[in-house]
Amino acid sequence: MSDTRPPCLSMRNIHKTFGSTRALGGVDLEVYPGEVLALVGENGAGKSTLMKILSGALRPDRGEMTLEASDHRPRSPHDSRQKGVAMIYQELSLAPHLSVVENIFLGRDRTHWGWIRKEEENRIALKALTRVGAQDIPLHEKVHSLNPAQRQLVEIARALAEEAKVIVMDEPTSSLTQIDTENLFRVIAGLKSEGASVIYISHFLEEVQEVADRVIVLRDGETVGGAKVEDLTIPQIIRMMVGRDVEELYPKVPHQPGDALIEINSLSGLRKPEDVNLTIHRGEIVGIAGLLGAGRTEFLRALFGLDPIRHGEIRVTSLDRRLEKKQRPRSRWKSGIGMLSEDRKEEGLAVELSISENMTLPRLSPYTRFGLFLPWLRREKSRAVADSMNIICRTVDAPVESLSGGNQQKVAFARLVHHEADLLLLDEPTRGIDVGSKSQIYQLIGESAAEGKAVLIVSSYLPELFGVCDRIAVMRKGKLSEARNTHDWTEDEVLHFAVAEEN
Amino acid sequence: MKFIGKSPTLLLGQFAGVALIYLIFFALRVDGAFFTVYTTKLMLAQTVIVGVGALGMTLVIISGGIDLSVGSVIALSCVTTALMLENGSSIYSAIGVGILTGAGVGLLNGLLIVSLRIVPFIATLGTLGIARGIAKIWADESTVNPSRESMAALSEVMAFERNTPLWDLPSGVWIMFALGVFVALVLHVTVFGRFTFAIGSNEATARLCGVPVSLCKVGFYTLSGLLTGVSGVLLFGQLTVGDPTAAVGKELDIIAATVIGGGSLSGGQGSVLGSLIGAFIMSLLRNGCLMMGWPNPIQEIVIGAIIIFAVALDQFRHRRGVD
Repeated sequence: MSDTRPPCLSMRNIHKTFGSTRALGGVDLEVYPGEVLALVGENGAGKSTLMKILSGALRPDRGEMTLEASDHRPRSPHDSRQKGVAMIYQELSLAPHLSVVENIFLGRDRTHWGWIRKEEENRIALKALTRVGAQDIPLHEKVHSLNPAQRQLVEIARALAEEAKVIVMDEPTSSLTQIDTENLFRVIAGLKSEGASVIYISHFLEEVQEVADRVIVLRDGETVGGAKVEDLTIPQIIRMMVGRDVEELYPKVPHQPGDALIEINSLSGLRKPEDVNLTIHRGEIVGIAGLLGAGRTEFLRALFGLDPIRHGEIRVTSLDRRLEKKQRPRSRWKSGIGMLSEDRKEEGLAVELSISENMTLPRLSPYTRFGLFLPWLRREKSRAVADSMNIICRTVDAPVESLSGGNQQKVAFARLVHHEADLLLLDEPTRGIDVGSKSQIYQLIGESAAEGKAVLIVSSYLPELFGVCDRIAVMRKGKLSEARNTHDWTEDEVLHFAVAEEN
Repeated sequence: MKFIGKSPTLLLGQFAGVALIYLIFFALRVDGAFFTVYTTKLMLAQTVIVGVGALGMTLVIISGGIDLSVGSVIALSCVTTALMLENGSSIYSAIGVGILTGAGVGLLNGLLIVSLRIVPFIATLGTLGIARGIAKIWADESTVNPSRESMAALSEVMAFERNTPLWDLPSGVWIMFALGVFVALVLHVTVFGRFTFAIGSNEATARLCGVPVSLCKVGFYTLSGLLTGVSGVLLFGQLTVGDPTAAVGKELDIIAATVIGGGSLSGGQGSVLGSLIGAFIMSLLRNGCLMMGWPNPIQEIVIGAIIIFAVALDQFRHRRGVD
């Protein structure tokens, strides 16, 4: 390889801490000219923090970066871009109402006395588009009328027009079809042969094997391994990614699966999920693993009546009732189903409202008399629920935003407890909270199962699913595998299943 | 305390605002008549149209919406009531139809917002024009003048005696207070009221919690339209004619009153008492400026500046106040 030449970019001993959480603890990374480096790791391993530091969105606490033999200390993403680092994100960052050429030169127009030099811009844009094999995209087309693959090519063309030295691609294929993906790989090969350096971030390890020269694995904010791609097998990479024992973080609450509570038959949403079958029993905790965008959240949302259902059937066995397909979460609550949203701030909680208000909103009826809602009637009950769940607050009338993240999440959970829901749908129940609160949430999940409730957990954090669930199913591209007993899976197998290509 | 408003400090702030304005005018050596019982009664009477409108607006603004059509709806209700009387119907059915006209436009607003998913600003901007146009067509582009006899007590609704004590207020003011109590009760002791705050605070959370968001939204705008209809009928009582060009731009006064009273355009916040005080502050400023002998343009500038100042102050307090 080109290891004899000096690296194009090197990041040395990068540290970054957020409050009390260490995101990066001394990461090293080097990319050589004409090389594609794959950066892999589980969600939360520190990949995006590392790339944010490279792009100037974050500043490292410690460590240094060199770009083409000179110090790289970007003050802002704009600064980093000008110095030659181009980021191509999962969510594409083009202005949809501007044209292709306007996007390519956005923020750095070629001007002459304030006038844009259109001829020159058109020429450079066309040249860049040609290099990515996209010369057929009209220069003056508005970006919103392009498909995702074309937009991505425009982004890459923008990077080329900027004469980027390092191009970072974050999950570039997550919104692409198979054919577009292959085309993208050809473009990447072309860039490589021209001497560009590419950092390629992906969960799809087969892709990594196909496109990358070298792999670096991050885990818990540290570099745990790196080698040429031909020297590593996928199972080896996965072991490096996971490589962790399930600790005593997961308190065991004994519980016994009982009768079937809910039967889901060939449930399909608009795009995802597709034909999902699952039966959940009382006193059982079922986990759903899978990659981001596999359709796990969409499955829960369809089940809960938040997203439309195309076809399929949901039967609540205990009530002998078939749930209506209409989008009405209210009817789900009434059938004894409760849901915890993955996005605490945007959807899960109304943070300006009080703890008590957030907790009781799905069920205010116990606190009404003759049609009047009497707020003082609920104070005692909310206090009791808050205390039983260790929600630390002066008063249940305090706004939720005055609580810590972990306590906020417990309020969101408390809503299901207050409602006495039989089936708890938990979407990423421990995202972004401290270890102590995590452990308490696991305890609550276990207690719910012990009380004969059924729990369905979606999580991107495998050790959590293995530590908590009785059965695990894996979702891939909208389809759900059978739910096997947890001890019949290994983490490797789950990851394999989640990333495997269709064959 | 919570029963009436968002927080004690906020309320205190609004009363302090009223006191401050009195104090400033006192310092400016305004005519002594400004502080008399008579002037106070006059100003309260002048508060009614904006105040009743602001009650509905409070509901809508707490829910995170906005209703720009209220000025036109006031005129439309005013004209409808006058037309009913002119055509010989009884005073009660005229009042009823006038109020229901307002509720009808409100219902239309709600349906446009919910079923066509048009943002409230645009939907009600549209009905602002539509309602005004209909009022002008129905009134044949002039005023509707029903006979004095047919109006009976309605023409007395804003009338009051000069030399009676403060509590001998015109009936319109009492109607405003009664409706204020009603809306405050709806907001604070009904499930619908809880839903209003929940939707305004975070619509996605409300949906997740099974709140019937669409139905509630139709409810907000219909109720707002209904109250605006009342305002229109009261305006007719005051004017004694149905004027299709009345209340142009009143929606802005009404929104200003609500916002001065602590309503937040991003939803989740607002109070009935605050909005009523906000409406009173508006007429306080108008009368104060008038008695200072300041010309109209100066009044406009002062009121504009006060709106900006009041909201900026409120936000400043909020930033520091949230612990």
